[in-house]
Order: sequence, then C-alpha cells, then structure tokens
Amino acid sequence: MNPDAIRDKTAIVGVGCCKFGENWTQSPEDMIVEAAYEAYADAGIDDPQRRIEAVFCGAAYPSRGTAEVAESLKLFDRPVSLVQNYCATGTDAFRYGVFSVACGLYDTVLVVGFDKPKDRGVSGPSVMMSGVRELPATPAGWFALCAARYFEKYGATREDLARIAVKNHHNGTLAPKSMLKREITVDDVLKARIISWPFGLYDCAAQSDGAAAVVLTRRELAKTFRDDFVLVRAVAIALAPNPQSDPSFDFLGWKPTVYAARQAYAMAGIADPRGEIDVAQVHDCFTLTELLTYEDLGFCDKGAAKEHVAAGTFALNGELPVNTDGGLKSFGHPTGATGVRMIYENVLQLQGRAGLRQVKDAGVALSHNIGGAPQTCGMTILARP
Amino acid sequence: MIGITSYGAYVPVTRLPLALIGGSRGEGGPEKAVASYDEDALTMGVSAAVECLRGFDRAAVDAVFVGSTTLPYQEKLAASIVAKALDLRRDVATADYGGSLRAGASALRGALDAVTAGTARCALVVASDCRMAAPRSALERNIGDGAAAFLVGDTRCILSCEGLHAVSDEILDVWRTAGDPFVHTWEERFVVEHGHRSVLLEAVRGLLQKTGLAPGDFARAAFYAPDPASHQAAARAAGFGAERLQPALFGRLGNTGAAFAPMLLVAALEEARPGERLLFASYGDGAEASAWRATAEIEKLGPRRAMNWHLGHRRAIRDYATYLRPRHLEAAEHDVRQAPGISATVHFRERDHDLSFRGARCRRCGTEQFPPQRVCYSCHTRDDFESLRFSDRPGRLLSWTLDYFFPTPEPPLAAGVVQIEGGARAYLQLTDVASDELRCELPLEFVFRRIHEVGGKPNYFWKATPLRNTRLEPQ
Repeated sequence: MNPDAIRDKTAIVGVGCCKFGENWTQSPEDMIVEAAYEAYADAGIDDPQRRIEAVFCGAAYPSRGTAEVAESLKLFDRPVSLVQNYCATGTDAFRYGVFSVACGLYDTVLVVGFDKPKDRGVSGPSVMMSGVRELPATPAGWFALCAARYFEKYGATREDLARIAVKNHHNGTLAPKSMLKREITVDDVLKARIISWPFGLYDCAAQSDGAAAVVLTRRELAKTFRDDFVLVRAVAIALAPNPQSDPSFDFLGWKPTVYAARQAYAMAGIADPRGEIDVAQVHDCFTLTELLTYEDLGFCDKGAAKEHVAAGTFALNGELPVNTDGGLKSFGHPTGATGVRMIYENVLQLQGRAGLRQVKDAGVALSHNIGGAPQTCGMTILARP
Repeated sequence: MIGITSYGAYVPVTRLPLALIGGSRGEGGPEKAVASYDEDALTMGVSAAVECLRGFDRAAVDAVFVGSTTLPYQEKLAASIVAKALDLRRDVATADYGGSLRAGASALRGALDAVTAGTARCALVVASDCRMAAPRSALERNIGDGAAAFLVGDTRCILSCEGLHAVSDEILDVWRTAGDPFVHTWEERFVVEHGHRSVLLEAVRGLLQKTGLAPGDFARAAFYAPDPASHQAAARAAGFGAERLQPALFGRLGNTGAAFAPMLLVAALEEARPGERLLFASYGDGAEASAWRATAEIEKLGPRRAMNWHLGHRRAIRDYATYLRPRHLEAAEHDVRQAPGISATVHFRERDHDLSFRGARCRRCGTEQFPPQRVCYSCHTRDDFESLRFSDRPGRLLSWTLDYFFPTPEPPLAAGVVQIEGGARAYLQLTDVASDELRCELPLEFVFRRIHEVGGKPNYFWKATPLRNTRLEPQ
C-alpha cells in the first residue's frame, strides 16, 4: 500500500443528515432526499443533476438497492453503486467515493448512507435463523463475548461501561438531530433490564432509521464550493477472522480495529493517536465496544480504558472527546447511515459548527465503525487544510 | 452367543413436578422426566446411543434400528439422522420401528434377527419416546420422556439372549391418529384387563414354555405397565413377586412409552451379576417377552451414564408453562415454526459439520478448525486437511454471555465460544446449564440437540453442556 496515494486529495464540501429516530412517517426516499439536499445546500450546489457525477451508496438492508437512491434523487445516466460491509457500510461507501475522486475520474460525487430498520416491526435486530449454526445469539451476544475475559483480566465492571452510556446520553442531548435526548445516570444503566450480559438496555445502541450524505470534490476545486472545506487524510477497511472461530483470538479487544488503525495511521502519518487526534466518533454499538476501541485505536494502553473513562479523558471537555453527538447509543444507529453520520459530525466539528457540543480548535478528526461478528472495521481521518 | 454387548440410557435432566399440573407449587412429590425445549425422541436417542457406544468402535456398527412412537418426521428416517449424528459408516443398515409402544422391543428383535441371520455383526438399537397427552389430562401425569440404547452382537455379550416370544393382538386401548398431537386411551379397567395384563401374561407364559424356564429362574423382571397398580398385578400374575420386579419408576420418570421397558431392562442390567437371568416384557398391540442371562463380560464393561446416573441428575422446572411452551401447547406471539425453513441444499453440504460435528485439521501446520475451511486459518495452505469428529471430545468455555433477547422458550440463552480439545473453536449455545455455573474455562462436553424449528421442521446441531463425570455418584 502506498500511504501517500490518496492523502489530502479529496475534499468534503457539503454534509447533510436527516433527524435519526423511529421515523414512522418517513420513507427511505424522504430521508435520502432530506440528507442529500441538505448536503447539496451545504456545498452550495443548486444544480445537482449537472454537478453530481457519480453516487456511492451504503445500506446494510436496502429493500431495492441502488434504485432506492437513484429514483429518490432522480440521478440517472451516471454510475450509482451500493456497498455493503456490515456496520462499516457507510464508511466503505465513502471510501469508494474518495477513491473515485482522488484518482481523477470524477470532479464531484455524492455519498449516501441510509437504512430503515424500523419498518420491520421489531424492537432491536430481528433474529433470522436460516441455518443451524450461524446465529447462536443476538448481536449483543456476539459483542458481549469479550466481556467475561476482559473483566476477569483487567478488573473492569459493568459500572465502567455504564459511564460510557452516561457520557453518550449527555452528548446526545446537545445534538439537534439525535434520536435520544435524555440524561441518564450510572444507576439507571445498572438497573435496566439485561439484554445480553453484561449489557443492559442502556449499554445497547438505539437502532433507528436515518440517512446521511456527503459531497466530495477534488481538492483543487474545493474553494469553488466553500472556503472551510475539510480534507480526507485517510480511509481504511480491514477484515479479521471471525472471532467466534479464530484459533488465536484472545477476547481482550477486537482485531479488525487494530488492523484498520494500522492502515489509517500510516496514511495519515499519525504516531501518537491521543496527542494528534482532536475529536473521534467511534462505534459504540455496545458500551464495551467503545471501551475496547479506546485501546484498540491506541488512545490508551491495554487495560487502562476504565481509568480514562473514570477520569473523563473521552468526555466532551476531556483530552480527546469521543462520540460528541451521542454516538450510536444516543444519536441512533441506522447501519448504513452511521459511518456517514460520523463524517457529518466530524466535518461540523472541524468547521466549528457543532454548537453546544463544539470541541475547541478541532483540527484532526477520526471516525470508526466495527461490524459483523465483528470481523470488519472501517475508519476515516479528516483534517482542516 | 448372541446378545447385548453394551447399553446406555438417557433421561432429560428436566423434571415436571406433577403438582405443577394442578396449579400447585413445590417440589418433592411425584414428578416426571420431560424433554427440554431443545430435545425430542431423536436427540434423546442419540444421547443414549453415545453412552452405549462409549469405549466401543463406532466404525464397527453395521445397523441402526430406532424404535419410537414419536419420531420427528412422519416421512423421513430417524435412524439415518441418528447414524449421521453418531458419525457411523455410510454402509450401515437403518430402519425405524414405530406405531406401537412395542416399537423399542421390536427394534431390539430386529437387531437380534440381523445378527442371528449374519447380515450384521454389530447392531445399534435405540428406543426413545417423547409422547404428549392433552394438558391437565390424567394421562399427562402418567407419561414421561426418555431413551435407552443397546448394542447387539455375537461376541463379548454381557447379556445373552435365551429366547423370545411374541404375541400379536388387536385392541383399541392406546392410540394416536395422524395429525393428533395427543395420545388417547380407552377406559382404564378395560385397557388393563383385556389389554395389558392378559396379553403380557400370554407372552411371558409363551416364553417360559418355549425356554423351559420358570419364574424362579429369573433374578429380575423388566415389565412394561401403563400404571403402578397394573405393574404389580401383572408381575404377580406372572409369578414375579415385588422383590424380583424391576421398579417401574412411576412418579420419578413416568411411562416413557416405547422406551419404557427397554429403560427398565437397562436399570436391571446395571444391577445384574454374572449368571443372573433377566426377563424383559414389552407391551403394545400384542406383547413380546424375552429371556436373558448375564455373562462374566458384564463386570468388564466400562462406566457409562445409564439409569442410575440419570436418576441422580435432575432439575425441577418451576412452572407448568415452561413445559407447555416448547410443546406449542401455549399460544405464542411469535411462532418460530412460521419462519422460512433452512435450505435443504445448505443442510446437505453441511451435514458432516452440523450433524456429525466434524471439523478439520491442517496437515501442514496442525491447526484444527471448525467449520472446515478450504484455506487454513493459520498457515494459509489450501485444501490440505483431514476430517475429524469433535462431538466426542471435551471442551472448555473461553468466553460467554447470557442473552435475554434471543428467542428461546427459556430465556436467558447461554452462549459462548468453546475451545474444543485439540485447538478448534466454535460459538455454541449452552444447554442444561445454570446461569451461575458459567465461568471462563468451565469444562464442557457436546450434546446433540434441536437447535430450532424454523420451517416447521426439527433442525439439529450440537450444543455444549458442563462436563459431568461419567462415574459420578447420584446426588
């Protein structure tokens, strides 16, 4: 891999996001149009039919695939592709958009991430039992697998996890488009009904509907859209063996994040993540996922996450604020939209437009998704020029 | 000499205190063994067979005969699923015996006939039943679930067969028509007087006449009976006093149908000393009696879980609904049977992994993996593996969770990554485990269970359960 190949060649000039939540009255079309037209407006594009040369979509459970986006936006006679990569779906769609611009094929492209799980009539993910051995438990049961061993080795407890939920609930109250806007206490988290040990209800992300969109252009053209554009420093995707059968897995962290971080940091030239990154959006599908991600991304030493959680290192006013908009936990988790929503938040942070949750002087922002069993991780690193 | 060379039995660990049926609480009174939500006649039969084959070469089995009135498919052989779960050779003869409470005894006769005829040298017999009566009926209190298994062969018999006598009889005493989940019986006094007692006696007398033996020649008699009173009465009429009558375990197991008399024979076998004679009598649309004599080999048979072990391992369920729910006797908001079924072609391709629990070992680096891969996880060598059976290996729990969200009749569902001895790992559901037993490194073993019922079919796979000591004394 040539780490310099795409660095800073692509600029984000427009971002958009619909309100995440149980959008009973909105169709996927409604959400896609809302997010894309907000991104157009943000980029100052009033003629998308002429300016958008290609569309990269991400959806984990689309009902009609690419046509869902092309028909919603009436973007025909140009490439429209759909990417699926578990919870890194939106990040991967963005990654292909970046490549298409960085290589010089297109001037300006649109990235759309969306999902509409709340049309399925179930609370939480449904369990589709198509085989006999694929799904011994629910997603909470897959992500919980590190808990027993990590707790035993490093002495972490449900209370450490609860503090992460409390932080993300607080941050969510400050984000206008978040699904949940409710402060909670550590006690609330500990007393909630158990979903899959050690996860109680508040340890689990809020599954929601949503769509988010980003307009990408070549760096040289960025100024024609806006002065405060944001550069794409790194994009990464890495797969790791299924942790449920990986013969060498230690259940103390997730390999996909370690692998993806290696790529992303090489591209961005980052040696000291905690010192060099100013704000991060990480995949908090479950509280433990966020806790392990601090360590897997090198934000702190292995086993030290709980001390940093207690000390507030990752709080809004901490050394490295994480999940400033409430994360999956509070903002909501429409799988395909989540990675793009994180980019939306990071762009607002880098442009100083994040309102009450603004991190002071943010110059470098990281986003991170992990999904599957989990087996896949997607990351981006964005920076002010 | 032709006879039984090994035996095993299985009783589900879950017991339904009969008081719960009447709405009362509490334990300590009469109870019956009930299959757990992930068990049926087939899985119980496999578990009994695993015990029966303990210490024996599975590759030596030439035939599998399964006797039951409650096999999961009306059309599709249970014996072939049992053979696959046990990872037996492909060239085994397989047959199901059904339709009667005598099905277990008929399967045993089939095995004896095959060995006598020389078409098999070693035949596996499985008798298992999991019958249902209408909720809160008298019959529901009577019937229980369980299984027995025997190996029949011509060398190193622990019990040699000295004779058989069968009687066929037509009577409407116990029946179940197609599509009806419940067993029905005619009035009790008619059933006993003209059915069970007279026909069983006829078979026993026929056997004694044929063999020239007298009741006094037998150390113990394993008699089928529909209830405790007729058990005593039939035995007395046949010349067997209470001291030589193998206890029928009503109030502990219940009447386990086609497996009932075979399970009592196993219980008798566990106490038998070389030279002792046992009488076996099974009833259903006629009756069948047989005479057996224990040999010196019986003392050489290694330890196994049979009736003694299982009677000592029990867990009472707390409410009647826990019994009703998995039997679909209580309306549920979501019926998993309505979900689209599993693909027959996927099932076909994966049957070695899913039913025989076979994984692979890389010939290059030795890494074992489940399910088998084309390219090795460790050294990335392509297509250089040997196939291995993992089902009879021990394992240990690497990590676990209790999932309250998973659709299961008895939440929470315990699931965990299991380190199979040898190196492979598998993410499995745990069964017959108490929540407070779970810990990293917990020693485990594997059991064949009904994993779910999507598509309205039983779908089988292996689960992990805490390793229990084979020699363990009853609690």
